[in-house]
Amino acid sequence: MIPAGGEKSSIIRMFHVHLNYGPKKALIDITLDIAKNQFVFISGPSGAGKTTLLKLFYYGEPVSEGQVLIDGINLNRIPRKRIPYLRRKFGIIFQDYKLIPSKTVYENVALVLEAAGKKPRLIQKKVKSVLRLVDMEDRLKSFPPSLSGGEQQRIAVARAIVGDPKIILADEPTGSLDDDSADTVLELLRGVHIRGATVIIATHDKTLIRKTGGHVLYLKQGRLETSTFIEKKYDNTIF
Amino acid sequence: MITLYFKRAIDDIFKNRFLNLVTVITISLSILIASSFILFFVNAGAVINSWKKGLRIMAYLEPTISKTGLEELKHAILSIDGVQRLQYIPKQEALRRLKAQMKHQASLFENLTDNPLPDSFEIRMTAIADSWQKIESVAARIESLPWVDEVEYGQRWFARFAYITTLFRLASYAMGILFFMAIVFIVANTIRLVIYSRREEVEIMRLVGATDNFIKIPFYIEGLIQGALGAILGLGVLFSSFVFITSNMDQGVLPDLFHLQFLSTAIVTGIIISSMLVGWLGCYISLKQFLNA
Ligand SMILES: Nc1ncnc2c1ncn2[C@@H]1O[C@H](COP(=O)(O)OP(=O)(O)O)[C@@H](O)[C@H]1O
Ligand SMILES: [Mg+2]
Repeated sequence: MIPAGGEKSSIIRMFHVHLNYGPKKALIDITLDIAKNQFVFISGPSGAGKTTLLKLFYYGEPVSEGQVLIDGINLNRIPRKRIPYLRRKFGIIFQDYKLIPSKTVYENVALVLEAAGKKPRLIQKKVKSVLRLVDMEDRLKSFPPSLSGGEQQRIAVARAIVGDPKIILADEPTGSLDDDSADTVLELLRGVHIRGATVIIATHDKTLIRKTGGHVLYLKQGRLETSTFIEKKYDNTIF
Repeated sequence: MITLYFKRAIDDIFKNRFLNLVTVITISLSILIASSFILFFVNAGAVINSWKKGLRIMAYLEPTISKTGLEELKHAILSIDGVQRLQYIPKQEALRRLKAQMKHQASLFENLTDNPLPDSFEIRMTAIADSWQKIESVAARIESLPWVDEVEYGQRWFARFAYITTLFRLASYAMGILFFMAIVFIVANTIRLVIYSRREEVEIMRLVGATDNFIKIPFYIEGLIQGALGAILGLGVLFSSFVFITSNMDQGVLPDLFHLQFLSTAIVTGIIISSMLVGWLGCYISLKQFLNA
């Protein structure tokens, strides 16, 4: 089934994965291996397939061909009922945030823990502390549409990290933000990385990669062109 | 966990106030119509029963009957299946009764020299033998006995009334099924609209790891609440109308000592529970379409 070797430290593996949207080949023959606690960038021009690749990780889309292994689970064989549990391994920061407009900031973040069946008291504690972390504790009762883009982004980050997921996926997390907001978000992602999570960021923004360093998977027209490594340098002044 | 689901369901109802209100009102109208029928049958049944209780067969005897003939006939009638007891009414007694009944027309009896009335037996039926056919067959057997001149029992309109209520009952079963389906359809449609208006939210819940049950249970609770509220509202309106009508109605059209009654607690509970079941079913149908796609 899967070749052995390095399996212990792998959290995401793909073997010859293809994804077609009808006649459109969005991803072509992708093979990759992401280790636990890596800080990975998926880079490439717009339309290269970055968002699509993230979708395959959390079974947002089934592959057309090939194998995806997440934390030892073969997604080709995952029963429908197990999908929610697969998704709880991930904290996802969507490009369009995907906050629920009719729920308050607090409810949006709490939803993750409620869905995971956590105890109300723990939920309250966790949600408050994570909202403090993203500096949104005073907007608990606000509704997302009343927040700025940067604030919504921070709520999205809070929701992604509140369940202490093994893997954080972030799709263009700094795309529509000013530099300060972008730095804040990046800072938060580094924080969860230090605490042990695997962080995967899809971005077309090269300066972001240079600022942070990490593994870089470069996609172009649906193909994985190069896989390079930039030394992790958390000290921005070096660049 | 349950309280969380309830809280979410109630939040949802308030956030979709209008849609929920429309559903509850529609359910309550259906319940109102359906339970009016039930109310009619409960009371019609009670009226029929009270009439049946007073039902008797009169056997008029030939004037030439002898004392022994009378005894034999009495035993012969009592041995017929379905006959409970009988009372001999001599013609003098019959005349006395008639005069008492018609005391305002006493002049009619003034010129009466002879008693024109025959002797008779008044025969009561057992409670089990209360079907119309049974009474007819018993009456026919009595009529065939010697010394019996003529029998008289009930009235034709009573049979017709009983027949019509049977027809009504059948029609109401059919209507009950129709209403049931209508409510299921209405609830299914509202929940469908609610889910449709919130498909983005449902999608987000799934993306953050919510199970189907986590998403569905509040909808089911909503369906149950809608069913209950609709039933309570419909029955409330029925009860108010009932109180209004009975307090303004002339008791005269009904048999003596008979009072119109509202639905029993058991029937009311039954209606509420069925309505809730229907709410649940409506939910089930539209969730099946939406979430298992
Ligand atoms: N749902 C979809 N249906 C059809 N084509 C799609 C869909 N999603 C993405 N694509 C196409 O797949 C390619 C890759 O898209 P995407 O993964 O969004 O790229 P990126 O995130 O790198 O900008 C694009 O050509 C895009 O038009
Ligand atoms: Mg994209």
